[in-house]
Parts: sequence; structure tokens; C-alpha cells
Amino acid sequence: MASYKYHILVCGGTGCHSSQSNVIAERLNEIIADKHLENDVKVVASGCFGFCEKGPIVKIMPDNTFYVGVKPEDADIIIAEHIIKGRKVEKLLYVDPDTKKHISDSKHMGFYQKQMRIALRNCGFIDPENIEESIARGAYEGLGKVLSDMTPAECINVVKQSGLRGRGGAGFPTGLKWELCAKNSADQKYVVCNADEGDPGAFMDRSIMEGDPHSIVEAMAICGYSIGATKGLVYIRAEYPLAIKRLQIAISQAREYGLLGKDILGSGFDFDIELRYGAGAFVCGEETALIHSMEGKRGEPTFKPPFPAVSGYLAKPTNVNNVETFANVPIIITKGAEWFASIGSEKSKGTKVFALAGQINNVGLIEVPMGTTLRDIIFEIGGGIKNGREFKAVQTGGPSGGCLTKKHLDTPIDYDSLVAAGSMMGSGGMVVMDETSCMVAIAKFYLEFTCEESCGKCSPCRIGNKRMYEILDKITKGKGKMEDLEELRNLASVIKDTALCGLGQTSPNPVLSTLDNFWDEYVEHVVDHKCRAGVCKSLMRYEIDPIKCIGCGACSRVCPQDAISGEKKMAHSIDTAKCIKCGACYEKCKFGAISIK
Amino acid sequence: MAVIKLSESKVQFIKGVCKSFNNEGGEVINVLHKVQGEFGYLSAEVQELVAKELNIPVAKVYGIVSFYSFFTMTPKGLHPISVCLGTACYVRGAEKVLDELKRQLGIQVGGTTPDGKFSLNCLRCVAACGLAPVLMVGDKVYGSMTPDKVKEVLAEYND
Repeated sequence: MASYKYHILVCGGTGCHSSQSNVIAERLNEIIADKHLENDVKVVASGCFGFCEKGPIVKIMPDNTFYVGVKPEDADIIIAEHIIKGRKVEKLLYVDPDTKKHISDSKHMGFYQKQMRIALRNCGFIDPENIEESIARGAYEGLGKVLSDMTPAECINVVKQSGLRGRGGAGFPTGLKWELCAKNSADQKYVVCNADEGDPGAFMDRSIMEGDPHSIVEAMAICGYSIGATKGLVYIRAEYPLAIKRLQIAISQAREYGLLGKDILGSGFDFDIELRYGAGAFVCGEETALIHSMEGKRGEPTFKPPFPAVSGYLAKPTNVNNVETFANVPIIITKGAEWFASIGSEKSKGTKVFALAGQINNVGLIEVPMGTTLRDIIFEIGGGIKNGREFKAVQTGGPSGGCLTKKHLDTPIDYDSLVAAGSMMGSGGMVVMDETSCMVAIAKFYLEFTCEESCGKCSPCRIGNKRMYEILDKITKGKGKMEDLEELRNLASVIKDTALCGLGQTSPNPVLSTLDNFWDEYVEHVVDHKCRAGVCKSLMRYEIDPIKCIGCGACSRVCPQDAISGEKKMAHSIDTAKCIKCGACYEKCKFGAISIK
Repeated sequence: MAVIKLSESKVQFIKGVCKSFNNEGGEVINVLHKVQGEFGYLSAEVQELVAKELNIPVAKVYGIVSFYSFFTMTPKGLHPISVCLGTACYVRGAEKVLDELKRQLGIQVGGTTPDGKFSLNCLRCVAACGLAPVLMVGDKVYGSMTPDKVKEVLAEYND
């Protein structure tokens, strides 16, 4: 390998890519060619750094300089100043919001200080399309160790002892799952990686596959050895083209290096991996539905037992684990079960990756030890609520989880505490809301998603959720009655108890948790016909305060319906019959003359 | 059933795809991915031919096409617009952006403008939550959208 003086890592994650990080990399390469620096500087499109809020991110190694909000035209100054003259470009450095000081090393940023990266250990550090860089950071060491020094039973034992639990949401102990599958003898077994990340607002698995695909390849081979499977399948969303490409490259490179295929590392163990594409069905995250989809059928779940460990893909014993779960496996093997078990809380070991999003200052991908409190995540790592507003709720677990509130801020994040608080870990979506979010509308939003994604096989989910949605819709339109709230609870408990799969059993959670934590808001909608967040359109109207209005006309110009009239320099008024409540005037008025009633 | 006949080149393409998967019924999802990738959508005629080539009932093919949201039976506009309605975008006001698009284009979600130029759809999360709310026109992502910016975005596609 050539030895470069500088590596310029340009984030190639989806968020940064959407902000033209690929153009930044192209521009850097052009200038490098121009100035004949090809032998000294290498530009790498790396995986996600996590700090999406400040993207696109460019990191310069070896001096660890972290540039934020980089634009294509900044490529010139980065080369001219940093690379050629050795001076940091101050205007591209992160500014600490409290001290207003420039920070060049990400270690000292609030966003990174409380994080601990295990699953994301290589994301942003390597070129994910180059196996040698992965190997230099320890990839395939675990596989080598397993194949040369350990029996399958020993390997399963390490995973069991580590306390690793499924990161897809439900938290089933991974080692136990492997053991159940290992026990069943068959002529063929399968290892399946569940990369059908369907939770809206979650992109943990995608970032791991895009940033460190070899960790998945290695872990699947380790799992195959442990349970006696020679075939691996990755079920991945077709909507993730970059992750698909990177996995394909990783698989073919691993084959070239003899890390996949026949007689891996001379051990006599055969293992290979194929990709299977999902086609946009949230229910396929459920393992039996996923297996049916891989078989070319509609992705409908079936009753368990039999569990996939007994009869899964093509009726053979199959072990299904989530991407993030797999990403933890290689490092557990190399560093040992004790090391992993020393991190986290009593019943939830290790770390968890979250996609932190919503009304928060630092949107991004984070990884924290289990047991970290919601407060630390939202206010330390997340930097608090946007625009100085008040924190209202945090939603974890996506459509299967619930909305937690201020009183839960000191809840430690682990599987059991979140369930006890009325939500769940889920796959790692974490959406923060401020007072501009209406909790009834949020519950309706999630139910709309569930109704759309329900496969329709069992009636509690297909019909029950639809009924709940209709009731919520009525409430948001001011037509709800108090007995509707009771009915919501009844329906929720029936659906929870009787739905066939995890999707239906958890779908009432967003409704139940908002009923529990934001009861007053429901009552306001029903009794006072009022939506305090100003979200439910039927319950609000815009009004112009004739005293504050100076008659500038900005509101009438922006109104799409011509609903605002008035003489120049005179107070204007809104024709409520024409108004579609789009809020354009409200946002335009500089004098605070327009209010929501 | 089918009134419109597929062109010979299309027929050959579909037959070729099916053959590359050994005409196995279990590969129907992979076949449909390839075919839709080429034609943009899966018409009734296409589904019939796929069913025939894979030796499975048309009802099974239709069952799959209608089950998975990635597959579509209607042609998209020249510039397909997708508004992200993932939670992160939703809480940052994606619905208002969607309403404005509907108003300016004069179509509903799932519709295509009469001139075939734009079609409007929703999707769930493009993993660019830092830029929320976002929308995509083709493969291009537009971040930090507001109803105000809708006009500008559409104007980029006026020739």
C-alpha cells in the first residue's frame, strides 16, 4: 500500500451525500491532481460519522481535524491551507455552542463525549470499499480465532456469556437463539441477516452496512460456524442502493481473500453469502414474514412455533439476527465476553445505536452504553431542543414504541426500563418533540403507518387498527366524545392480546402511551375542541390582531387562497371561509400580528 | 384480458430476466425488481408474461405486486417527487410541504400531472434526518424544505 501523508475522509453517509459530499470529494480529487499531490494525499469516501446535523463532514487524518458544514467550494481552501500550508481552516471548524470556541478534534465535542462506539467502531474510520483497511482495523480476527481455536459450542458460549441481546427491538438473547438453532440437525441450515430497516426515522443498520460492511460478513460466517450453517442470506431493503453496493463489494472481496467460500482459512469450514432484496413492507422485519418474502411469497407472518430455529427458510433451521446485533459479534469474540458484559446495565449489556432526530439541535447517529439516561442523550449529546423551545416528548421504538415525557427523562436506556415506562427499545429510532407537536396527531400518524403496513392476515391488526385510526381521526377533527377515549383503550388491549405477530401486538403502544402521558391533551381535543400545539387544522383558525397589524401586505401576498384582504397600511383580515389554514401568513408576519386561536 | 400487446423487445427482455433466474417461481420478487428497474412500472401485461414464464398463477404475481409498496402498476412522471413522511420529517413539518406540493401540482398523492411531468408520492425515511424535512425529485434530495421553497424546487424542472 502506498503511504500517504494525509487521508481526507469525506462522509459518504446518506445525509452528507444528499448535501453533495460526493461533489466535495470530486472537487478535492481535481485539485489534488492539479497540484500533483496524488502521492501524498488520498481522498476516501467513508461511512457515516454520525454528526448529521453538521454535515457534510470532512475529516483529515492523521491530525484528526473535523470539518463541519463543508461545501464543494471549500475544497480549494482545505487543500491550499490545510494540506499545503499545514494550517487549519478555522471557518470550517465546529464551534462549541456554550464556550463559542473552535474545536478541531471530535473527541472534545459534546456530541461525542458521552458516546461509546462498538457497533459503529469502524464507521467513518475506513474506506468501506477496501478490505485491507478493514483488516488493518481488526476485521476477520474474530473469524480466524473461532476457526482455529474454538469449537462451535465454545463460540456460542462466548456470545451467551457476553449478554448480547437482539438489537432489532425485542431483545432476545443472541447466544440462546444460536444455541437453539445449533441443536437442530439438518442437511442444510441458514444464517439470515435482517437488514429490512423499516422503522421511519431510523437508519442505524443502513449506516453500519454502508460504513463497515465487513463486520456483517465476518459475523455471519462466525454464526454459520457456530450453528453449523454453510449459507448466509442478507435480506436488505431495495431502497438502500449504497448499502447493497457496499455489501456486494465486501462479499466479493472476502471471497477473493479466502474469507468466504470453500475451506475458509484452511479450516475445512465452507460459508458463503447471498443478498435478497426486500420490496418495501414494514412487516418483513418480523422474522417469519421475512423468511416468506425471501422465498418469493407475500411477506405475511405465521404463527410461532415452529420457530425459524426449527423450520425457517425453505423449512430448514434458520437463525435470523439484525444488522446491529451481528456488528457486535466479531469484537465480542476478539475482546471476550467479560469485556462486553462489563459495559451497560445489569440486564442489557453493551451499547445501543440510536438515530436521534426531530426537534433537537444535534441530529445524528449515536451509540451509547446501555443505561445512559434519556436526559444525557437529549441534552448532552443531542444539545437540547431546537430554537430554545421546551422539551415535550421523546418517542422510541417507532410504530411499536411509545412517547415518553419529562418525568421519564432520568430513565436509563435498556430493554426492561423502557418497557416498564410504556415504550420499548425498538430498533433505535429516537424522535424528540417540542411543544409544536400534537400528541394526538402523533398517535394518529403512527396508526396511519400501521394501517398502511398491516399485512391484513389477522383481523385484530387489520380491522382493529383501522377502527382506532378512525377514532383518532374524529378526535383530531373535534368530533370526538369522552367515551371514544375509553373505546381506544379497549381496542388497544384486544389488539395487543390477539394480534398474530409483533407488528399488531405492539401497534397500540403509541396510542396507549400518549393516553397515559398526555391525557389532558386528548381531553382538550374532545371537550374544548382545542389543539394546543396548533397542529389539528379543524380545531384552529388564524386571526389578525388589528392593533399589531401595520398593513404591510406581506401576508396577503403569500396567501395561496387570496383569503386575506385589507387596504394598504390598514389592518388586514382573514376570510375564514376561504382559509385553508396552511400557516403561510403566520410564518411570514414579522410583527406577531397573526395568532392561532 | 390484456388488450395492449407488449413490444417484441420487451417480451424478449422479460423472458431473458426470467431465464436468468432459471424460470423458478421462488425468484418472482427478484424478477419483478429487474423488470420494474427497466420499465419503471409493472403493467398487467407484464405481470401475465412473468407468471407464464415462471409457471405460476398470475394471481400470485399480482398478489406480490400489490403487497409490496416498492412495486407499482402505474407509470411515474418524468420527474417523480417523493416527500419523506418519516417521523423526523413529520415533526419538522413535512405535511405542510406535501400540502403545498399537492396544491401547486393540482394532484393527490399517487397521482401524476396530466402532462406526465411530475408524479407525487410519499416515502418513509431516506435517512437524511439531519436535513428534515426532505423531499426527493428523482434521485436528488432537497433538505430543510418549507412550503415557501416548493415553487423554487419545481421551477428547476421547467424547461
